Amino acid sequence: MARLESSNAQMDDLFDKRNIDWYFDKLVKMIVFISGISAIIFVIGIFVFVTIEGMGFLFEGFSFTEVFGSEYWEPSDEDAPEYGMLALIAGTASVTGLAMLIAIPFSLGAAIYIAEFSTGKTREYLKVLVELLAAIPSVVWGFIGLSIMNPLIIETFDVPVGLSVLNAGIILGLMAAPIMTSIAEDALKAVPDRYREAAEALGATRWQVIYKTVLPAAKNGLLGAILLGVGRGFGETMAVLMATGHSVNIPGSVFDSVRALTATIAAELGETAVGSEHYQVLFSIGIFLFLITFIINLTADLIVRGVRNQ
Amino acid sequence: MLKEPQSAEFLFAISALNVKNKKIQKLYSILFLMMTLLLILPVLVILGTLIVKGGSMISIDFLFTDPINGMTEGGVFPALLGTVWLVSLALFISVPLGIAAAIYLSEYASDNWFTRIINLAIINLAGVPSIVHALFGLGAFVMFFGFGTSILAASLTLAIMTLPVVIVSTRESLQAVPHAFREACWNMGATRWQTIRRVVLPNAVSGILTGVILEVSRTTGETAPIMFTGAAFFLPFLPQGIFDQTMALSLHLFVVSTQVPNVPDALPYAVALVLIGMVLLMNSLSIALRMYLRGQKKW
Repeated sequence: MARLESSNAQMDDLFDKRNIDWYFDKLVKMIVFISGISAIIFVIGIFVFVTIEGMGFLFEGFSFTEVFGSEYWEPSDEDAPEYGMLALIAGTASVTGLAMLIAIPFSLGAAIYIAEFSTGKTREYLKVLVELLAAIPSVVWGFIGLSIMNPLIIETFDVPVGLSVLNAGIILGLMAAPIMTSIAEDALKAVPDRYREAAEALGATRWQVIYKTVLPAAKNGLLGAILLGVGRGFGETMAVLMATGHSVNIPGSVFDSVRALTATIAAELGETAVGSEHYQVLFSIGIFLFLITFIINLTADLIVRGVRNQ
Repeated sequence: MLKEPQSAEFLFAISALNVKNKKIQKLYSILFLMMTLLLILPVLVILGTLIVKGGSMISIDFLFTDPINGMTEGGVFPALLGTVWLVSLALFISVPLGIAAAIYLSEYASDNWFTRIINLAIINLAGVPSIVHALFGLGAFVMFFGFGTSILAASLTLAIMTLPVVIVSTRESLQAVPHAFREACWNMGATRWQTIRRVVLPNAVSGILTGVILEVSRTTGETAPIMFTGAAFFLPFLPQGIFDQTMALSLHLFVVSTQVPNVPDALPYAVALVLIGMVLLMNSLSIALRMYLRGQKKW
């Protein structure tokens, strides 16, 4: 018995591969693991740091009815500053809503054309073009809204100001559409070809194949694309800062100027004293934006993942 | 039992239906092509307008002289240089980190709930509004870590913001390397790291490069995250180190188009053109490299 044990130990020694390479391998594994979880650390870090800065207001000055019920955003009033965000939320919602009204049909249409109708070189060129459009920086879009769309809207609709919901909505729609197009196109491409072949074998025309077979099969992926587009529009900063006109206002029509939540932070953070109430309020808008986009992204991910598991 | 031969009328009816269907199909094809073009053409017109209005100001001098007279004349050199500073430092941080994270996800992680959480975190990191990244950079790097408003703080913010771009593209190119390559290497007695270092990475390096170029393009255009963390509206001197503030091209466009009075019309167009030129150049480079690689693929 004892002999057997010792021979086992000898065998272990023989097969023991713990040389320098083995230890190096373990070290590398640890390093890449830490890098792998860095994304989690950063997301938590963002939430923690933004919350710490905004917490003071949330626990002391915060009143639900004021923040979500009042449209008076007067943070720099020295005697009685007011932090009603209703107008800001309305601004963000109206601009994002109009942008989606423009972007959803066109990006889905473009995705259907690229994935189902176009062929060969045309498809390649269109995809590259869409990818390049998605790369245009948001500050350039803002500048386009300010300098090209603004006079165009004033002239076309004969209105006094061209920086409005309409302007920002068009800009944001054009901006979000390329990204939505490529995600939607991926979703359409993920539908197996045998679905199309089966439908065609039954005598369906191309449009019937798309409408009755491909679109229902890609439904979740397309919904995910739309949600990600909404998230993009919601969180966009520079373009809405420059193209909305930046006046606190609940819009009555698309020609009214508004101000968005994101743009408010960008415009006012520089003027506030660190730790002041106004500063804390801006950070608590940040928490709000973080949570909303977190929920949107989570939902989009769950929906898209549902497709893959099917 | 043979079927009855089809009558001539029946065959004619079928072919008429085919013709009608073909026409409808053509109609739909044109409809969707129109939608695609309506999406693309306005942007091309806009870019054309930028070139027409700003093109005349672009010159070597414009790129390499300082702005003068309250930024109403002169060039964009300090902003251009600042952008190069910010982007290089951000890359220096996020590329190694992103590649390591992608190696973990592609080579080590198994498909379980923990990996799903990492993926979710990556998606979220990409989806958090840029202004929230700015708040984070201000709270964490500028104040908590005490870097002040500096190139370092701004680059860290940019690096975290664009980290998902590197991770996702690197992971894709690592996973494109066939699994058989790894198995062959393990059979020779190589450790996991030796396999990654000698077999997987060399086969994926050009794919990783396309992702990195894409990140350069993204980082160059970002404005909101650097506004409060390290970029200044105007500085009379060039940054001397990573703890100095700097000007940046993207912020410069915002400043000359909204904050500075009496700017000549063409100037902001020219700044926009330089910025968009840099970004599109990088993206085209990345796309061209990707297409070249697809042609080169041996497996």
